[in-house]
Amino acid sequence: MTRARLAIATALISAAAFSGQAAAQAKEQFVPVNSYWVGPYAPGGSGIAAGMIDYFKLLNERDRGINGVRITWEKCETEYRNDRGVECYERSKNKGPTGATLIHPLSTGITYSLIEKGTTDKIPVVSIGYGRTDASDGRVFPYVFPLMTNYWSQNTAKIKFIGMKEGGMVKLQGKKLVNLYHDSAYGKETIPILETQAKMYGFTVTHIAVPHPGNEQQAQWLQIRQVKPDWVILRGWGVMNPTALKAAAKIGFPRDHIIGVWWSGAEEDVIPAGQAAKGYIAAGFNAPGADHVVIGEIQKHVYAKGQGELEDKSRLGTIYYNRGVLWGILTTEAVRKAQERFGKGQPMTGEQVRWGLENLNIDDRRLKELGAVGFMQPLKVSCMDHEGGGAVKFQQWDGTQWKLLTDWIASDQSIVRPMIEASAAQYAQEKGITRRDCSTEK
Amino acid sequence: MLYREAGQFKSTYAEDQQIFPIRQDRIALAVFLAFALLVVPVIGNQYWLGALLTPFLIFSLAALGLNILTGYAGQLSLGTAAFMAVGAFMAYNFVLRVPGIPILLAFVLAGICAAAVGIVFGLPSLRIKGFYLAVATLACQFFVLWALQKFGWFSNHSTSGVITAQQIVILGYAFDTPARKYLLTLGVVAVMALAAKNLMRSETGRAFMAVRDMDVAASVIGIPMMRTKLLAFAISSFYCGVAGALHAFCYLGTVEPEAYSLDLSFRILFMIIIGGVGSILGAFLGAAFITLFPIFLSLASSWVNDLFGVEISHAVVSNLESIIFGGLIIFFLIVEPQGLARLWQITKEKLRLWPFPH
Repeated sequence: MTRARLAIATALISAAAFSGQAAAQAKEQFVPVNSYWVGPYAPGGSGIAAGMIDYFKLLNERDRGINGVRITWEKCETEYRNDRGVECYERSKNKGPTGATLIHPLSTGITYSLIEKGTTDKIPVVSIGYGRTDASDGRVFPYVFPLMTNYWSQNTAKIKFIGMKEGGMVKLQGKKLVNLYHDSAYGKETIPILETQAKMYGFTVTHIAVPHPGNEQQAQWLQIRQVKPDWVILRGWGVMNPTALKAAAKIGFPRDHIIGVWWSGAEEDVIPAGQAAKGYIAAGFNAPGADHVVIGEIQKHVYAKGQGELEDKSRLGTIYYNRGVLWGILTTEAVRKAQERFGKGQPMTGEQVRWGLENLNIDDRRLKELGAVGFMQPLKVSCMDHEGGGAVKFQQWDGTQWKLLTDWIASDQSIVRPMIEASAAQYAQEKGITRRDCSTEK
Repeated sequence: MLYREAGQFKSTYAEDQQIFPIRQDRIALAVFLAFALLVVPVIGNQYWLGALLTPFLIFSLAALGLNILTGYAGQLSLGTAAFMAVGAFMAYNFVLRVPGIPILLAFVLAGICAAAVGIVFGLPSLRIKGFYLAVATLACQFFVLWALQKFGWFSNHSTSGVITAQQIVILGYAFDTPARKYLLTLGVVAVMALAAKNLMRSETGRAFMAVRDMDVAASVIGIPMMRTKLLAFAISSFYCGVAGALHAFCYLGTVEPEAYSLDLSFRILFMIIIGGVGSILGAFLGAAFITLFPIFLSLASSWVNDLFGVEISHAVVSNLESIIFGGLIIFFLIVEPQGLARLWQITKEKLRLWPFPH
């Protein structure tokens, strides 16, 4: 009998622990933090998750949440794998009094897997600076938000920057570019737009693929040495980045002619390459450094009380950590906007947050209030345009830290937007989706 | 006491040769299948159906395929995920390019394509064995993934190489909810598992086992080596191809070639090692263990967090998973090389004597 009683007691305790969260109908806003703390991309995943959670903690500590609604979260390890990402999403989507607020997949592959699921479950899929580029057309993808900037926009900004460096866009005529990309969905996204721009401006571009994970690049850099390009665009991720820089140093290619995308422009990408990385330029949509007001606030209200997520405090102010803070800002601003319409001080559902995301308008005044002037660009999202920003800053690694080279360089939407609309229209036709009419919606 | 076959007399050959000769076994299986078919879709929530049971069924089908090749025919293969990728992409292409094709026919054709690829990469098995054959199948794994990425035809020239599987409509009935996808997967897996079990009890299966045990002796007594080995590759790849098609259509919905990496091939190999090589039930037990255990670990860490307030870092949990799997594989290979299936068999044998100890 005692054994049976013990078994029943264990079962009851487990059941209580399992359902404990659902019982409390407090005023809470639940945000799933599905990221990766292991594997080759762990620095990015852990940094972004830490930044986002620290920002939530800051709001909870300093402002009692968003108008009194405390933010709660739960971490889930996706290991950068699609099936784990889907499993984490399914596990977390119904937690909290109103379900998951939105989902940050933190991986292009997982974003693709979640687009249909998020649309069916009415949970916005927010892919900041990655994900499915043609989801910028909000008429076809109502629940997908590639905020801040997407791959194609940043590519046009990059070509603008190269043109700037060369002394004018006309000087691009006849120049040779190499696109060294990570052989994955993420890596291949910019090939069509580079081809379009090559035709437009008269430069030639050679696309060279690096198979995942990218720690063997001898063959690729030998090919680059044969091509003798003027510029190399590094579209890498994880360990591919420092390997590329070391290989470039070996063949003597000047690092200040290598332009990395924003997933190749963090401290973890350059420090392992040591001296080889000096002079390397990368794009970014959030500024580096710990001397921003919002980072100072996090240090004052969260780390001073020993509540910070980062075990290694020197990571405060690094690119990925700041990016996570940006994630947190966008998440909470969307909830705040949704509350303006659907009830201030109430927890918001995914559907309501979708409206909040679509009507997000973070202008310079709001940036000042947030303490994020210069940290992130102003953002205006609309039904037609789920990207909202499109500009990037360029920074250069001087051996110890990233130094900003430019201010915000806008993208060339005249090239990007028609391609996005064409691609979205093809998707809509394949799936039988009718495009929303933005003028009729409020 | 409960598991005795006293009073069950077989009067025909068919009764004597059936897969489950003991009536209690048949009743238990019928109850289990009825539960899986009728009760689970009703009581299961989306998380259980979509993220746990469906992938469990799909990977048990893939593990079944690998078990036929490695467990029954003795040909070590590391290309399982590549065959799944072929199945997934070819099913997508058949549905895309042949208008109005029934989806089950597309799955079968995709399986046949995977079988063709399997035969091509199984040709080295006529010359090399064991570890060296594993390396040859490794070549298959890398080559197939490269080909799927290089030739845009496979992904319908999408810029990112990601394909979105079409909706499944059979006889006008759309399989779009997790419950329906689960039922479709369960039906396909049940039918194919039955086919595999019967195949392994037939002459083909005995030929496979003869090749596994001592292929020289097998060829001496007249079993044709080329035909038998290539048939093993073909059947195994067919199963993996159908599993891959189900993986794309009923589980993830969007697939890219990286999802079928070498990592997945190793996972399926671990499934059959832990579950039991050379056993149909072993494929299911191993797949259940490998798909559900990591989720159980992370759920357990969150329970520990709720109950005791101690936060176990996710990095620790993920790495713990790898450590435990590695440890278990070594444990099983030393202590019980025939895996969980053998443990189940021992349980049944003890059950026959219960409540007596011997």
